[in-house]
Amino acid sequence: MEDKVVVLLKDTGVSNPDRTEDFYSEFLNYLKKKDLHERVQVARAEFAGIYNKGVVMKIWPNNVIYSNVNTSDFEKIVEKTIVENTTIEELLHKDVSRTKRVVLRNCGKIDPERIEDYISAGGYSSLKKILKGMNPDEVIEELKESGLRGRGGGGFPTWMKWNFARQAEADEKFIICNADEGDPGAYMDRSIIEGDPHSVIEGMIIGGFTSGASTGYFYIRAEYPLAIERVQKALDQAREHGFLGERILGTDFNFDMEVRLGAGAFVCGEETSLIASIEGKRGTPRPRPPYPSVQGLWGKPTIINNVETLANIPVIIEKGGKWFSGIGTEKSSGTKVFALTGKVKNSGLIEVPMGVTLREIVNDVGGGIETGAELKAVQTGGPSGGVIPYEYLDTPVDYENLQKLGSIMGSGGMIVMDETDCMVDVARFYLRFCVDESCGKCPPCRIGGYQLLDILNRIAKGLGREEDLEKMEKISEAMVRASLCGLGQTAPNPVFSTLKYFRQEYEEHVKDRRCRTGSCAELMRYSINQERCTRCSLCFKKCPVNAVSGDRKEGYTIEQEKCIKCGECYEVCRFNAVERE
Amino acid sequence: MTKIKANINNIEVEVEKGTTILEAARDAQVAIPTLCKHQDIDPSAACGICIVKVEGFSRMIRACCTPVEEGMSVTTHDPEIIETRRTVLELILSNHPNDCLKCGRNNICELQKLAADFGIREDHFEEHLRNLPEDKSTKNIELIPQKCILCGRCIEVCQQVQDVWALSFLERGFNTRISPAGDIVLSESPCIRCGQCSAHCPTGAIFEYDQTRQAWDALLDEKKHCVVQIAPAVRVTVGEAFGYEPGENLTGKLYTLLRRMGFNAVFDTNFGADVTIMEEAFEFAEKFKSSPEELPLITTCCPSWVDFMEKFYPDIIKHFSSCKSPHQILGVLSKTYYARSKGIDPADIFMVSIMPCTAKKHEITRSYQMAASGYNDVDLVLTTRELSRMISQAGLEFTNLAESESDNILGEYSGAGTIFGTTGGVMEAALRTASYNITGEEFKEMNYKPVRGLEGVREASLEIAGKEIRIAVAHGMGNIETVLNKVRQARDKGDEMPYHFIEVMACPGGCIGGGGQPYGVTDEIRSKRASGLYKDDEKKKLRTSHSNPAVKKLYSEFLQAPMSEKSRKLLHTTFKPRPIYKK
Repeated sequence: MEDKVVVLLKDTGVSNPDRTEDFYSEFLNYLKKKDLHERVQVARAEFAGIYNKGVVMKIWPNNVIYSNVNTSDFEKIVEKTIVENTTIEELLHKDVSRTKRVVLRNCGKIDPERIEDYISAGGYSSLKKILKGMNPDEVIEELKESGLRGRGGGGFPTWMKWNFARQAEADEKFIICNADEGDPGAYMDRSIIEGDPHSVIEGMIIGGFTSGASTGYFYIRAEYPLAIERVQKALDQAREHGFLGERILGTDFNFDMEVRLGAGAFVCGEETSLIASIEGKRGTPRPRPPYPSVQGLWGKPTIINNVETLANIPVIIEKGGKWFSGIGTEKSSGTKVFALTGKVKNSGLIEVPMGVTLREIVNDVGGGIETGAELKAVQTGGPSGGVIPYEYLDTPVDYENLQKLGSIMGSGGMIVMDETDCMVDVARFYLRFCVDESCGKCPPCRIGGYQLLDILNRIAKGLGREEDLEKMEKISEAMVRASLCGLGQTAPNPVFSTLKYFRQEYEEHVKDRRCRTGSCAELMRYSINQERCTRCSLCFKKCPVNAVSGDRKEGYTIEQEKCIKCGECYEVCRFNAVERE
Repeated sequence: MTKIKANINNIEVEVEKGTTILEAARDAQVAIPTLCKHQDIDPSAACGICIVKVEGFSRMIRACCTPVEEGMSVTTHDPEIIETRRTVLELILSNHPNDCLKCGRNNICELQKLAADFGIREDHFEEHLRNLPEDKSTKNIELIPQKCILCGRCIEVCQQVQDVWALSFLERGFNTRISPAGDIVLSESPCIRCGQCSAHCPTGAIFEYDQTRQAWDALLDEKKHCVVQIAPAVRVTVGEAFGYEPGENLTGKLYTLLRRMGFNAVFDTNFGADVTIMEEAFEFAEKFKSSPEELPLITTCCPSWVDFMEKFYPDIIKHFSSCKSPHQILGVLSKTYYARSKGIDPADIFMVSIMPCTAKKHEITRSYQMAASGYNDVDLVLTTRELSRMISQAGLEFTNLAESESDNILGEYSGAGTIFGTTGGVMEAALRTASYNITGEEFKEMNYKPVRGLEGVREASLEIAGKEIRIAVAHGMGNIETVLNKVRQARDKGDEMPYHFIEVMACPGGCIGGGGQPYGVTDEIRSKRASGLYKDDEKKKLRTSHSNPAVKKLYSEFLQAPMSEKSRKLLHTTFKPRPIYKK
């Protein structure tokens, strides 16, 4: 009997609507015509890791990737590749970027809802390996050698976390997967869970074995329905296959887990709040120490790891800590998944080895700036992170370097900004998020954040005062020093970093009442250049608040008191007669 | 315990393992400022005022909740720390109404004191207040959420110490506020009106319903015959506002003072307590002798406990003593026995109770039985804190006042009556008389230590007339569950009851730690207040209720005997289940 062939396809182009469905059914029909539909399994990929390359097809066991596939190529592909097992050079996708897939190794390659796919891709072999022949100390040793650090933002060495929990004496221990991803624009964890849920589950089971935990909780935010569904399915399958439950794989090791849903608070990504939330309490942080690895969920030693961290575990066990530490830099090993968005051509999920420079990410992986405008800065770390200006783009990305620049690795949000982005507005955006998401427990965050936002709002409206910048620094300092949890301590980072690198822009807003990018609408002033004006009356007709006065004889002017700065007149004028400053 | 050494501001301290930096700093003669911290509750670590620097930590950490580690090096004060504390304080003030002069906590506010200490003279930040409605739904405690700094003390006390769960945080971020859970009003919540929230609030956000004006109005009404009674626990706490040590017994001065305020007669709730004991001990002795299956008997002097039981433990009602609380008893006697002996129309008598308690304000109207004589037993309840304000308003120089005696015929009290004010006191007083009732002999151990102290639940077993009597004393509503669950378990299994007699007081420490008592209570202060009452007991010639001649006279001239028909009508009450949560 001939080998089964698996084909994954996905439209990676920007065409609208997405052609994946059409291609899927057409290709299936074609296979039926050729009577190959029994032998070839076709699946639609959620995510291919390739951008703007038309329809992409991945074919196993040939292990080739074709891009820019058209329906007319079907014949060729079926004949040459599927039947004859040869490669079609002209369709072959050439990957020039610096990406490296460790965490996302299976995403887009396997059907996440089928455990068999994960197993045939080598899944659960690490679990078997440790259950057959490793003791917890050896697992911790392997992790130590790998140098894996928490991918949720803090960068705390994972082996240490596990070891603390392992050494803590208790009748019960827990391991929690933190999938309460909430940074605006970030979807790394969601993609991992939706694309390869078993890798995270396997990581957790290994964590349970190592630390002595017998129960795991998968804490997923309720806003991720597909992820929840897939994890639930994966758990059921793992249980059926004997990877979860009593006497796993015939050993004495018992471990089971369940899903807990977050109720929509960003602060519940902070570990002590997350614990409170699972316990059914109000999601507010508590002081540390005691750390969760000593006294966590229901007072018991608890490991809390981020999704990406856990997805790394099976590979490390499989290929060895040494292999893992060979990727990335000395202090930051492995890869990092980023959600690259903003003004880049290819926005999307990327995975790169630690140590790649920001420039490489923006230009090589992201394909440069979309609009062709000048790159201005890159924001990393989400609302807790900072803005890294153009001058520092050659900095290799790792935990220490980003922190030195006043930002953080965070969970992996990365937003590229060009010269049309106003830094005051950027700081205001992130701060507003943190103010909305503050739990309200401690005054530095609750009131400090509110005051800070109030000042930024004033500045953006052109009502800034001379002393405002100093006041902002004062509040930010107090927030960093006296806030109880990470949310409040890092909330001023976007303000700090923009103040540090783009102080001039703030000063322009405050002193000159001017926003050079035009982002701060209320700072704009529209006027009509009488020389260029042809008195076509279009702006007069379009203005929603009748701020344009005059007639075709006398000409038109804009009454500033009435103007709401909507920019409608500016947009409609065909003669560049409406000026904006 | 293992001792560990650490450095605080370069001074070496040696403390027990587990000691917080805040506590350890005291050994180095340093007081780290705090705001949200209170000794009664676990640190919530909310406010951020107590931040310190610890060598090796990049961030400042909170002293209130961080235990000292071996070799730790701490800096508690430097320009940066002080500046940060000041900024945090200024931020809190920007969110707090600036109307100290018209606030109930003016001069005794913890936030105000910090602002004074830090020399805050101007508003650095824009004022952003929250426009939140006040909750005046109960005539006991008022919530003024706009003044709340969200320290969380009230919630922690309500949930963890009292196990009532009436208060909670609602919403989040800048909009966070305190409110009865589910955003209902306090009167519809499980609140038992114990007032512990108001006694723990550092600002004026939770405040007793102030009735001092009503008291003055009554005193100035010439048609009224104003009488007053002071609760056992008030005499040892009222002085705290005037520079006296906690526990200093000011009974004689209080009598003088109240008379000079204009009261026509000054009585003592301790007399009422003696009568309560007569009734309750009789009730106990009767049950013990003839129907032991009805035991345990549970005390009902505490209105918050009554409220709690009716809401949460209605299945225990049959074990409740039907006896009214001492001030209600004294109240009803003033409108009957006293009125008759003086020839005064009871309608003209206005009875004011000075209580350590906010719940007593509610108790006087809790059922029709609180007006058993046809007139309200008690017309007005003032808390200790309200009395302090009235003393200042009256311009009376407390320290220089002479002592005097209470008025006949409701004033003379025994040592048993006075210890009613502390946890364990009712039990001890009852044992003295119950034992006498059962055996006909005086109780041997006049200072019965097993029921004294501040342990949350105290159990003891003693022998009376050759029979074992098992007793339990619980205080702090959160401690009652363990005791009552044992009773329920025995009842459900048909086992022998674990106790014969149970005393419950809602507030930690009993009435000396009541919700209407002076601010700033700690266990140390509770102990001092309690020992003030025990001293009063010890120096009394008469230490049992049944030996009080005034009580004897009351029974011979008016009531006849404990549990007589008249007693039952005037001095006893009933309880009914009022569950608030549906099953």
